[in-house]
Parts: sequence; structure tokens; C-alpha cells
Amino acid sequence: MEAIYLDNNATTRVDPAVVEAMLPYFTEQFGNPSSMHSFGNKVGLAIKKARMQVQELLGAEHDSEIIFTSCGTESDSTALLSALRAQPERREIITTTVEHPAILTLCTFLEKEGYKVHLLKVDEKGRLDLEEYKKLLTDQVAVVSVMWANNETGTFFPVVEMAELAHAVGAMFHTDAVQAVGKVPLNLKDTKIDMLSVSGHKLHAPKGIGVLYLKRGTRFRPLLRGGHQERGRRAGTENSASIVGLGKAAEMALESMAFENTIVARLRDKLETAILAKVPRSFVTGDANNRLPNTSNIAFEFIEGEAILLMLNKFGIAASSGSACTSGSLEPSHVMRAMGIPYTAAHGTVRFSLSRYSTEAEVDRVIQVVPEIIAQLRKLSPYWDGDGPAAEPDKAFAPTYA
Amino acid sequence: MWDYSDKVKEHFFQPRNAGVLADANGVGDVGSISCGDALRLMLKVEPVTDIILDAHFQTFGCGSAIASSSALTEMIKGKTLDEALKVSNQDIADYLDGLPPEKMHCSVMGREALQAAIANYRGEVWSDDHEEGALVCKCFAIDAVLIEDTIRANNLCSVQDVTNYTKAGGGCSSCHEGIEEILVKVMVERGETFKHGAQPKEEAAPVGMTNLQRIRKIEAVLESVRPQLKRDGGDIELVDVDGKTIYVNMTGACAGCQMEALTLQGIQQKLMEELKEFIKIVPTKVSSLSRAMKG
Ligand SMILES: Cc1ncc(COP(=O)(O)O)c(C=O)c1O
Repeated sequence: MEAIYLDNNATTRVDPAVVEAMLPYFTEQFGNPSSMHSFGNKVGLAIKKARMQVQELLGAEHDSEIIFTSCGTESDSTALLSALRAQPERREIITTTVEHPAILTLCTFLEKEGYKVHLLKVDEKGRLDLEEYKKLLTDQVAVVSVMWANNETGTFFPVVEMAELAHAVGAMFHTDAVQAVGKVPLNLKDTKIDMLSVSGHKLHAPKGIGVLYLKRGTRFRPLLRGGHQERGRRAGTENSASIVGLGKAAEMALESMAFENTIVARLRDKLETAILAKVPRSFVTGDANNRLPNTSNIAFEFIEGEAILLMLNKFGIAASSGSACTSGSLEPSHVMRAMGIPYTAAHGTVRFSLSRYSTEAEVDRVIQVVPEIIAQLRKLSPYWDGDGPAAEPDKAFAPTYA
Repeated sequence: MWDYSDKVKEHFFQPRNAGVLADANGVGDVGSISCGDALRLMLKVEPVTDIILDAHFQTFGCGSAIASSSALTEMIKGKTLDEALKVSNQDIADYLDGLPPEKMHCSVMGREALQAAIANYRGEVWSDDHEEGALVCKCFAIDAVLIEDTIRANNLCSVQDVTNYTKAGGGCSSCHEGIEEILVKVMVERGETFKHGAQPKEEAAPVGMTNLQRIRKIEAVLESVRPQLKRDGGDIELVDVDGKTIYVNMTGACAGCQMEALTLQGIQQKLMEELKEFIKIVPTKVSSLSRAMKG
């Protein structure tokens, strides 16, 4: 039985063509691109090509707007810290409650350093209230950071519009587009987005390579200071092989953009519709009408996510969960809590994230297996009784303590 | 992915004794859906001999919660109630060839369900009130409330102190920053500033008025839980009573074990019921003698 990988929002397999493009840069093309000899020069040219491939995928105006970093997290940190250092008179940050920890943990830290952090709430479908946002926009705001698409539910935020609003008060706008890049068409030159984060391993490039897009004219303070690499904006000898790999992956993502948004989206919809039809008391979390084409996050009531994942794993199916147990904490995912998903369901959310490698046969197999697994686990649950939830689950189970 | 033993996986994939036990005469429900873990243990006890004829469970929870429940039912079947009560959470974990440290609470839940079910059969009320704050140390499931209280009560001033007293921070150490923050906050309250690298304390200081009657009552409650602690190879000693704070010293297998916090919360609840007032129980590391000498 072939393993079925539906956890592409966590990470993706490196495309074989990407591996092939990278290999020479471990062997004969080992030069340092800064060196004044032909060893270095060839690598320098390869990096230039990769920069243009990424520029094209992002729809950036200039290739110099692409800064290679070590990962999405580094890009996020660089962007926020740069915006704060470049505008010391502005002491406020606006972001959302559902950002990735790469933003949220940093903001918690910055709050302790004395910055004021505003967290925009989301509604039950994970949508922002733009009126709330407008009220918070003042000349005190240094930077707004709002993700393009949520990693758990795939829900899009209206970042293009929000960037315009930020600019109106002179605030910088950053977006963590780690989940969106490669899955949806981007055209940054026509937006007011100042900074945008990319992570290679979400689009079939290797782990440990990222990009910070920095719009020309945006004031910038580097995170890493040292050599003049990346025009002095990110010191450190270039990770040439991975940069070349990311360039190739960007090119391939652009080629498969239509495929991703038609075929992959259709497979995702098929998976979701079939599971919802077969499994009672299950529902989609996030905004089903406005989300990434590859992501489906389904809540199964009255059972716990880690148990579902272990069962799926036994059938060779890889997915992930917002359950507390998978993270080792006692709280379910902050995204589910922010949307107000009741505890009866938040612990039982499963994220299926497809890729262009996902096949119809795989989806059919998952559709066949999931309802059995859910039924089996519900049989063990004290909150479930026969074909439905125990009458008044809160009362059916009367713990001595809670 | 958790590193589960084969035994855990086996009990998860083929749980024994799952589902409702129709003629159960002792039922214990612990946990809640909001915590992500809930377990109902159902016992069929033979009234004359007190032997557990059958045990079933229903569990909402992760793989190790289901495996722990399944293991527990296997372990207690055929035992008398008193024998069954000797099964500790560590026994459940051992039966499963170990649980990851972050999952030990699953075995604690099993042990608690057992106590609750037996209490239910015997017509007693068993309660274990968890006053939970934000979880700081995930390895040993120690929350902010306990850490803060312990720092305050013992005038602690270093992360090492906190680890010595509560075990928090003794595992992966990723919560040291969080513990330092609590230290900073509490130390500011008492007019000190947190300095990194401060010498760990040898002894704790606070002393105060004691009231003979109250203390006798407290001693009596501790006496009543002592047999149970001894069964797990531990003991408890009353160190001091300072207003609404009761200082105790946990010794033997209980000292610093991950379950200390849980055990203490149970004892605290009992004390509150007995004294009919709100009190707080705080673990210290000093004996009553050295404390008295300081005072
Ligand atoms: C939305 C989002 N931001 C940031 C990251 C972090 O990226 P990286 O792993 O490259 O640091 C991720 C990856 O999990 C993500 O999903």
C-alpha cells in the first residue's frame, strides 16, 4: 500500500526536477558567488536566474526586490523588526489572532519590549472585520502584518485592500504569504504590499530556504549584518543550491498554477463533499468560499484529533490536526479557538492539504477509510451514543471534576 | 509524531473492554471535553467479595488516553477493590511499557477514574478539584498558578529554585523564559529585582501564627490521605500554617514527582472541605524542624 500524503501545508516533497537542478551546486558548482573567478561567477549567475524566477512567481516589479533568507520564519522576523527599527517613532503593530507562531510569538515578545500589539479578531468562519481594522489604523502604527492565507483552514484575508488602508496612514504592510505563494496567482507590482514572506518547503523546494519580498523604496533595516550579500540586506554566504532549487520550484509552481486551481481544487472538493456526506456531525472550518484550493479542514465532533491521525496513519494516510494532544499542550489550536469552534469539535479537527501530486485514487481511498475510522472512535467516546451524540452530551457525562 | 511503545499502539488499535457495561454498579467520570480528555470507567463489582468482575471504559482523547484506559481495565479485572486501588498511574504507564512524559497525565486520568468509580460504588463522594492556570511546563504539566504561589510562598528567586520546588522547567527547559517572567513579576511585588544567576535558595522563610485547633484538623486530614500516599511509596508532612497558606513537605516517591501537583490539589480540596474555608496548599522543601529554628 502506497502512503498517501495529504499534509502539504506542513511541508511538501521536493520535486525531482528541483533536486536535479540543485545537484550541481553541491559538486562542481561549489564556488562562492562573491568570488572574483569563474567558480564564483557561474554560481552568481544561477542565483540571478533564481531571483528572476521568484520575481516572476510573485509578480514583482524588480528582481532586486527578492531577498533570499533561511526560511519563512526569518522573513517574518526580518520584516517586522525592520519596520519597527526604521520608524522608531511608531510604537504599534496590528496583526491577527490566527497568524502562524512565526508572527504571534514574535509579537508577544515585542509586546514585552514595550510595543503595543493589536490582534484583529476573526468571526466563526475565520473572517476579519475591516471596520475594526480601520479604527485601529493611526499614525502610531509602524507595521500591519496579516497572513495571505491561513495555514490551518486555508482562509484568505483581503491583504491587497488592507495594504491600501495601511498606506493611507503611513504604516508599512507585511503579509506572511507562506501558504499562498505557489498556490494562487500573485501580482505584487500592482499592490501596496511592502513586504511578503515566502518559504521554499511549502512549494516543493527544500526546507531552510525562504524569501523576503521588499518593495523598492520601502525603508529597511537588516536582521543579519555582515557581508554585502543580498545587497547588504541579508548577510551570510548564499545557500546557492537551495536558492537554485527554489528558483526552479517557483518556475514549476507558475506552470502548474491553473492545475492547482482546477484539478487540485476539484479533488479537494470531492474529498470534502464525500466525507461530509458520509460522516454525521462533521463540518468544514474556515471560509469554504474563500480559501486555498488545496486545503480542507474538517471538524469531527465528539472525538479527538490525535486518535484520528493515529488511525489514519495505520492506513498509510498522513494528515494533521488542530487537537491539543498533537502539540503537547492542553489547548486546541489557537485558530480554532479564535473562530469560536466549540470544544466538542475543536479537539477533533483534521486538516487535509493536497498538492499537485495528489491523485484521484488517493482521494477515493481516503473517502473510503475516514468514515470507518470516525465511527470506530466514536464508539469509544462517552459523548457518543449509537448513531448520534449522547442526549445532552454535557449531562450524559458528569465528571467529578472538570 | 509521538514515540509510542508497541504496547500503547496495540491497546489503542485493539482496545480491550471498550464500550458501555450494561450492569455496572460503579461508574467514574473524570476529565472534560474542553480539556481534550475525558474518561468513563464502569465497574461490575461482586458485592460479597468486592471483586471486580468486569471493567469497561469509554474515552474521548488521544491515543495514549485510549491505551491507558484499555490497560487499566485489563489490570483491575479480577482484583478486589482494595487491591485495585493499589494500581498507581505509574503502574499503568509501566504496563504500557512507558508513556512520553507529556502524556503521563493520561495515566493519571486512568488512576483518577478508578478512584472515582470505586467511590461511586461505595456510595462515597470523590472529588479532585483542579484549579488550573495557564500551562507553563508542558513536560510535567505545571501551571502558572502553582508556580506563582510557590515562588511567593517560598521567596524563590531563581529558575533552579522553581524547578526544585515544583519540578517545572526540569524537562525540556523551553519554559525557562516563562518561569523567569513569573519570577520577575512576583519579585517586583516584594520589592526585589530578578537577577539571572542568583544563588538558589537553601531554605524557605515565611512563618506566622498557628492555631492549634486548625492545625489539629489539618493534621487529621493529612493523616487520612497518608495511607494512600504510602501505597505509592510517598508521604506528606505538615511544615507550617501561615494564615490561609498551608505548607507541606512531600517525601519519598511523591516528592517532585509529576503527580505531586495533582495530588496536592486533591488534598487541598479535602482540607477546604474540612476547614470550611479557602486555603492554599504549597509544597516546600524544608522540614518543620529547620523551619521552626529559622522562625
Ligand atoms: C503561515 C506560515 N508562516 C510561516 C511558516 C514558517 O515557515 P518556515 O518553516 O520556513 O520557517 C509556516 C510554516 O509552517 C506557515 O504555515
